[in-house]
Amino acid sequence: MQNSSGMHENEAAKSGRSSVFVVSARKRKLQKISQKSGEGTLLLIASFVAIVVLFIFWFVARDAVPYFRLRGFQEFFTSSEWYPADEPPRFGALAIIYGSIMVTLGSALIAVPMGVIASICLSDILPFTVRQYVKPVIEMLAAIPSVAYGFFALVVFAPLLQNVGGPILMWTWWVIAAPVLLLAVIVASELLTAPIEKEPKKKVLHLVSALFLGSLALLFLYFVGRHLQGLVIMSGTNALNVSIILSFMALPTIVSVSEDALQAVGRELREGSYALGATRAETIIKTVLPAASSGILAAVILGIMRALGETMVVWMASGNSSHIPDPFFNYLESIRTLTATIAGDMGEADQVTGSARFHVLFAMGLLLLVVSFVSNFISERIVVRQRKVLSGQ
Amino acid sequence: MKKYGSICSLLLVMTLCWAGSAEAAKAIVIDGSTTVGPIAKSFASYFMKKYQTPVTVSESGSGNGAKSLINGSCDIADMSRSMKPQEIAAAKAKGINPVASVVALDGLAMVVHPSNPVRNLTESQIADIYSGKIINWRQVGGASFPIVVIQRESNSGTQETFKELVMKGRQVVNSAETQASNGSVKNRVSQTRGAIGFIGLGYTDSLVKKVSVNGVTPSAATVNNHTYMLARELFMYTNGRPAGMVGRFVDLPKTLDGKRIIKELGFISKY
Repeated sequence: MQNSSGMHENEAAKSGRSSVFVVSARKRKLQKISQKSGEGTLLLIASFVAIVVLFIFWFVARDAVPYFRLRGFQEFFTSSEWYPADEPPRFGALAIIYGSIMVTLGSALIAVPMGVIASICLSDILPFTVRQYVKPVIEMLAAIPSVAYGFFALVVFAPLLQNVGGPILMWTWWVIAAPVLLLAVIVASELLTAPIEKEPKKKVLHLVSALFLGSLALLFLYFVGRHLQGLVIMSGTNALNVSIILSFMALPTIVSVSEDALQAVGRELREGSYALGATRAETIIKTVLPAASSGILAAVILGIMRALGETMVVWMASGNSSHIPDPFFNYLESIRTLTATIAGDMGEADQVTGSARFHVLFAMGLLLLVVSFVSNFISERIVVRQRKVLSGQ
Repeated sequence: MKKYGSICSLLLVMTLCWAGSAEAAKAIVIDGSTTVGPIAKSFASYFMKKYQTPVTVSESGSGNGAKSLINGSCDIADMSRSMKPQEIAAAKAKGINPVASVVALDGLAMVVHPSNPVRNLTESQIADIYSGKIINWRQVGGASFPIVVIQRESNSGTQETFKELVMKGRQVVNSAETQASNGSVKNRVSQTRGAIGFIGLGYTDSLVKKVSVNGVTPSAATVNNHTYMLARELFMYTNGRPAGMVGRFVDLPKTLDGKRIIKELGFISKY
């Protein structure tokens, strides 16, 4: 067959340029078949991914429903008494749900500002050559296996927090808060004296307000720092430890995706902004960030999902005590998360002996699935709406 | 470790079911305690190598082991406690005569940070610490420092032993940290100044400090002569005096190799 078509092509070539694309009917049919089968294969593979998601939902839900049928909703969501092995067993997951929220929120508080600022720095401030080296290094954080993070958190970071936790917190506070407060003082004194017209008066008032606000800020820095230094961390496997480690795990996602979004804004908008007389700060804050906000939001949600779903680190380093810290925002107490509970109890809870005990883990899995599904859905909606606003519809 | 263990034993059971149906060799079926499980599994692999007799080990808890023995679905029931009177009655009603053989002794050591000056705790002090009534080392004669309570995950055999021997129905305070293995409890205790935890006697070393309980130092000797209270016997129950291959299996703890395996796993040999 190949021989005959080859001959055919030779003839076509001989007969002139215009008939080069003429193919035999048979070959055309073959082409069509291969095209269809290729498309079909791609569709099959693509739909397989979607079907897997549906199947996961279905199987998790199928094993989660018996729990609620056996024990109802009230205990699971309102009690923080988690004693699955006691007689009678109690399955109050409130403290565990709260633990998940706590570390997710904690890691978001660290990772989101840090990630967004880092991505702005990468895309708008650093020169191109530096960026080319820095971005891969940040993205390398994502390549470290989570068990390695967990090991670090448990063996290195936890003892460190126990031994010198106070000073570490104090220095971190100074390093982060001092420049931020300095910037805030400068901007605030500028804004305060902006309405004043007269020149010498303005200069003096500017100086006075800057000094006043500056000393206030310094006092604030000092007292918070002293309080932090005085803290004694009883156990290093706590919510703070996990939040910090999780934030580092979420960082590469946030930085990488939001940097891409900032890059996608393009030269035209930036140059337009500069042409209107805007400074670089104004361009970044008022033009680039709003234009990239949907992408940044998607990055943030991806990062938060990473923190919520992480298992190994929290299982190793959160302490796994199923109680709500006292006071509720005390990040220095150990907590337990949904993911860690599923990982830790699954091996022990077999289907035959404790059916509620087995199914309660699936209830937790379903809860996690629903939360990530809903937040993905919301972010999708926000992105769509943002796009509409930006395109002027 | 336990997870992998149960997966391994599952695989073992599956391959053996297949092998069993193919060769129709009479396999020894073992079911029961998760605490005795590691010993049974090590014995099983040793036994299969030595006598070419397949052994299947499942771990479903002491109560289920007893149930399987009564129903005649296993040859040996691993149990980390002795059979209750009603279980024995149920067995007798079905014509089964449960006979206990001691496999090994299991001792728990209460451990604290090496810098902790506390040397002895009474049973009730330990129970008070774990139920959240005592929260500072000062209350038990130590320095004024908050206690960090470390326990094992809810269904570990060690945790069960502890709850049974010390807590006696009282509830462990829910702020207690939970660790997945003897090793990680030891690791946390060795690094945390205020920590207290319990680990199998075989796991203790100089990184942590063993505390005497009711004035008795934990050791193989005090476990053996029943003066140390945080210890218990581990059993294998059989139907009548074990004979044949089952008898040989149950007698493994008395052999040199059996003693070595028991010691390697961190338990204490009785013989």
